[in-house]
Amino acid sequence: MTTFTIPGREPLFSGKGWAALLAFLLASVVLVPVLFLAVPESSPFHLSAYFVTLIGKIMCYCVVAVAMNLIWGYTGILSLGHGVFFALGGYAFGMYLMRMIGREGQYQSDLPDFMVFLDWKAYPWYWSFTDQFWYSALLVVLVPGLLAFVFGYFAFRSRIKGVYFSIITQALTFAFMLLFFRNDTGFGGNNGFTDFKRILGFRISDPGTRATLFAITALYLAGCLVLTRALIRSKYGRVLTAIRDSESRLMFSGYNPLWFKLSVWTLSGVLCGIAGALYVPQVGIINPSEMSPANSIEIAIWVAVGGRGTLLGPILGAGIVNGAKSFFTQSFPEYWLFFLGILFVVVTLFLPKGVAGWIASRKSGDKT
Amino acid sequence: MTSALGRLRALAVPLVLALMFLGSGQSAFAFDAEMVSGLLSEEASDKADAIEKIVASGDPTTLGLLAALRDGTLRVTPDKKLFIKERGVLKDAISGADLEAEPDESEKVTINNRLRSQVDSAIAGLRIFSKDAKERLVAAKAIEPSIDTLPMLSKALAAETDAKVREVLRLAEASAKLQSPDVAQQLAAIESLAASTDPKVRTQLQALTSPPSGTETPEAAKVRTAAVEAVAAIERRLAMYDIVGRLFTGVSLGSILLLVALGLAITYGLLGVINMAHGEMLMIGAYATYLTQQVFRSHFPDHIDWYLVCAVPVSFAIAAAIGMLLERTVIRWLYGRPLETLLATWGISLFLIQLVRQVFGAQNVEVANPSWMSGGIELTNLVLPYNRIVIIGFSAAVLLLVWLMLTRTRLGLFIRGVTQNRTMASCVGVPTGKVDLMAFGLGSGIGGLAGCALSQIGNVGPDLGQSYIIDSFMVVVLGGVGQLLGTVYAALGLGVVAKFLEPFIGAVPTKILILVLIIAFIQKRPQGLFALKGRSVES
Amino acid sequence: MNRRHVLKAAAAAVAGAWMLSSAGVASAADTIKIGILHSLSGTMAISETALKNTALMTIEEINAKGGVLGKKLEAVVVDPASNWPLFAEKARQLITQDKVAVVFGCWTSVSRKSVLPVFEELDSLLFYPVQYEGEELSQNVFYTGAAPNQQAIPAVEYLMSKDGGGAKRFVLLGTDYVYPRTTNKILRAFLKSKGVAEADIMEDYTPFGHSDYQTIIAKIKKFAGEGKKTAVISTINGDSNVPFYKELGNQGLKATDVPVVAFSVGEEELRGVDTKPLVGHLAAWNYFMSVKNAENTAFIKQYKAWAKANNLPNLDTVVTNDPMEATYVGIHMWKQAVEKAKSTDVDKVRKAMAGQTFKAPSGFVLKMDETNHHLHKPVMIGEVQGDGQFDVVWKTKGPIRAQPWSPFIPGNETKQKL
Repeated sequence: MTTFTIPGREPLFSGKGWAALLAFLLASVVLVPVLFLAVPESSPFHLSAYFVTLIGKIMCYCVVAVAMNLIWGYTGILSLGHGVFFALGGYAFGMYLMRMIGREGQYQSDLPDFMVFLDWKAYPWYWSFTDQFWYSALLVVLVPGLLAFVFGYFAFRSRIKGVYFSIITQALTFAFMLLFFRNDTGFGGNNGFTDFKRILGFRISDPGTRATLFAITALYLAGCLVLTRALIRSKYGRVLTAIRDSESRLMFSGYNPLWFKLSVWTLSGVLCGIAGALYVPQVGIINPSEMSPANSIEIAIWVAVGGRGTLLGPILGAGIVNGAKSFFTQSFPEYWLFFLGILFVVVTLFLPKGVAGWIASRKSGDKT
Repeated sequence: MTSALGRLRALAVPLVLALMFLGSGQSAFAFDAEMVSGLLSEEASDKADAIEKIVASGDPTTLGLLAALRDGTLRVTPDKKLFIKERGVLKDAISGADLEAEPDESEKVTINNRLRSQVDSAIAGLRIFSKDAKERLVAAKAIEPSIDTLPMLSKALAAETDAKVREVLRLAEASAKLQSPDVAQQLAAIESLAASTDPKVRTQLQALTSPPSGTETPEAAKVRTAAVEAVAAIERRLAMYDIVGRLFTGVSLGSILLLVALGLAITYGLLGVINMAHGEMLMIGAYATYLTQQVFRSHFPDHIDWYLVCAVPVSFAIAAAIGMLLERTVIRWLYGRPLETLLATWGISLFLIQLVRQVFGAQNVEVANPSWMSGGIELTNLVLPYNRIVIIGFSAAVLLLVWLMLTRTRLGLFIRGVTQNRTMASCVGVPTGKVDLMAFGLGSGIGGLAGCALSQIGNVGPDLGQSYIIDSFMVVVLGGVGQLLGTVYAALGLGVVAKFLEPFIGAVPTKILILVLIIAFIQKRPQGLFALKGRSVES
Repeated sequence: MNRRHVLKAAAAAVAGAWMLSSAGVASAADTIKIGILHSLSGTMAISETALKNTALMTIEEINAKGGVLGKKLEAVVVDPASNWPLFAEKARQLITQDKVAVVFGCWTSVSRKSVLPVFEELDSLLFYPVQYEGEELSQNVFYTGAAPNQQAIPAVEYLMSKDGGGAKRFVLLGTDYVYPRTTNKILRAFLKSKGVAEADIMEDYTPFGHSDYQTIIAKIKKFAGEGKKTAVISTINGDSNVPFYKELGNQGLKATDVPVVAFSVGEEELRGVDTKPLVGHLAAWNYFMSVKNAENTAFIKQYKAWAKANNLPNLDTVVTNDPMEATYVGIHMWKQAVEKAKSTDVDKVRKAMAGQTFKAPSGFVLKMDETNHHLHKPVMIGEVQGDGQFDVVWKTKGPIRAQPWSPFIPGNETKQKL
């Protein structure tokens, strides 16, 4: 593989890296809110709500890609079911948001509209305490985490590998999608949760709330990056890479890969779940189609386009693919699938290490 | 039901009358424009009256008019003249004389379901004495047995020579006799009906099983016990048919899963290519079938029923050609990077879907069953549709051919060799590149064949492949990658299990449960049903 | 490994997005922009593409006649790709970036639910052209499709009538999502109010994209075999209809025995099916292509000509259907309202829309209700014919008023207007 350095000696980031991270944080926490809130609409420097929510959404996807990279790029386990963790996190937080609608729904009832419609008189047990922000926040972490842990424990214990693992993760997300499609499951059927009004007492449509959510997402993304970097350069990270490169050799060296795989898998699920929770108030809807197998495949594709096993690749990939999607669906609505399809083929054929790998190899010239 | 029965009763008397005249070979009444004028009314009840009058006339020449009314070929001009336009031939509806020129303006005389049943029974009544045994069979089935139609049924039965028609008539006569006041006749009827498997008969018998409120005469008690026994016998038989039916539907679903997964099993097992575009090969096969049908429709309309036979090689060839093209241009550069083929083939899949959408439109296109594939074998309540039977046979044939090819041909030998040990095969001179190309073409071609089969049971649209790709991956993985036999077992197993679960818990929970079962099963056998046995630590 | 280039690229991407976001601001003032928000890819493209075409055709027609308020209409077409969050994003983009005066779009309820908060937040107008389950009323939406009482209830009444066969038992069959569940809930309450026993109603659901209807049809046969006239009420969605009808035909379930009435099957859906074995099965809509009147003849001719001019795929078999008519009516009504209000201002147009009338291809003069944002529509029941068209076998005397809040759901009695 690539050059080895002794763990712990390499700094977390180079000076330039720190500077870039700081610049990113300044831009998203200070510059964007100022341009969005303070600069008048007529000014060319004004940022529209559309732009803020769009970038906010893409940043959530970036986190998912980073989480996916952790498990696929560094540990070599391809999950085709990461959408389920993302959506569960979203649903967990969506429950809180639904409770916060209060009596402003179509039926002016204490219950969410879909429950009134199903003739339910009270919240089912799994909705209890979801009107507490902190409890919901806990659920956002616990639900995807627990699912990932249980599923991962059995799968890794049975040493399910490669495509077998990929396909059963796909079966998992598909099963959850079908389950959530049902009205009786108690999560609004295929309409899911929409029409959120407020969060912690602030109105969601308020520009201030939007800017705050945007800033939190940016901070979270930065946090995930730092975490990934810290993990990967630690001894733990080296074991993960070893699992990817030759699991059997690692086992012969006396390691039990189960707990390494399980912990990084669970972490990845939790990171996705939190991203889902940030995503829901920004786009304003969560429904079971987030769990469709195609969406989860797409997550893998963001990582591959950006470059798996690179720090910034997944972010680039998620940004490029989703940016392209937003752009093409507007400018070439009839042809955008051609562009996207060709993009995927071209990237795999000519940029095997993704865009990040390509940039890195151009930088280092012929040295590699 | 009751209103239909009432109407039939009303129909029956004149029908019987009509038949008497038919029997004597002369038509006594003529029908006239006056009689049919009710057909032109806006109100369905006026039309019903008019039909009744036409039938009451008892004229066998009304058959043409009634059939035209049922088939929607009866038309009316603004000046209220009726004519029949069938396959371009124009006839006056009343006189039956040929018309030379089509009137400039005309409208179809419309009917609804109620009138359609009325016309159907009227036609059946007229046709029960037809010379054609097939027509008589249809007619015998269409006649609603009742105390009023009993004389006609008895008469028809007495005259009937064809065994099949006799059987239908005998049962019909028996169920008509159930309502007879004569106990002996009732008992005889119950006895012959006990052999039936028709749920309608069961309902009729069930009506006789309820104990009366007052005291029961010994005769009535006899009838009741006989009826109870007969119902029990029918229900046992129905339960058996039910199981046969479920098995059939399970095998049918399994054979479809097998067809869609077989091609994938080859490409995936041999090349390690996660071909997300396999679903699009199905779609291409289905569209190739559609195109073949269109060519037949425009060039060989007389042989339209055989388009499907021609579509089989066409869909194979087109899908195989596109598959080989993809292999040469994209996939061959990605060998050894299986997970990346996922990305590229996903891109190809998006591309192909949009391409088809641009060329053929986003809507589904119509692919009709050839007439020999429409309908089914009727085991009374259980119908085994011909298209499903053909598909089961077809997938068995494809499986057999693939198996023969893999075991009996040189190419098959190469393919197996490369699957087992690519490097070694290459060392002993197997042209692996060419084998890859052929194998990918074969896998894609089988996908095309599956698409051809799917076009006969489902929709043909740009998204066709998307709905099968996940299922086919499940099948391949469950069976064990690279294991043809595993794929067969997995496909049939999934199909039968799903179809036995579905009646109990519903379609959606079944699907969820199946997915959970697959996940659980893989825990037990992490390499699928038929894992390759070996001692190497890397698989 | 140097990250600088990566960061530069990221900065470029951000800058690009910025340009994109501000590009829409500079719009020509001599046109009125109209947003068209229909999926052109993904699972819903099958239905929604035709609506986009209809909208473009209608806009072309209006422009040919001089536009609105002396300005030409300019269509802004986007593709939300059957992706519900993308619907919300695209709606926001149309309203804030492209500054459209009105949006015509959506098909599924979930897409409407997804964009609804956006339209309410930005106070803009959406015209929704598809029949739906009701239970919603928004200031910012005009519903030009049918509410349940304009489609489902009359259809069931017809089935129970003498002409419909006098059905006594009912199978409620649908795809497992909100529209079928809601409609069936309303129908169940309605059937009970008509004295149909619980045991005579069977309800069954299939997952999205279900393609194997063998078991369901066997079940229906069994249910129908237990005596009494049985009818099936189908809310099966989209692609599943073709396998359902093919299986129906091949299992020999005839319309004269067990009629199936569908609420989501129109001319467009039947294009993919050989309808000869299906003659006599029913559909309930507010418009059928086979309706004979001058407006409809012109409408069909216009669409066919447009299809030819734009070289649509399969143009020799193009058909018109109910949601297309609803789109057509919606755009014309909006135009009339704008002319009445002499402005495209949302508030003024909204006021002007109330009571607006239009002679529609269905042959009736449709009116936008003064209070509830729904059209008064006629109800028609059609029987499938061998050529893929419908024969109208029953229709209401005139348009009827929508009840978005079904009276068959408890607690809805008091709310019928905004």
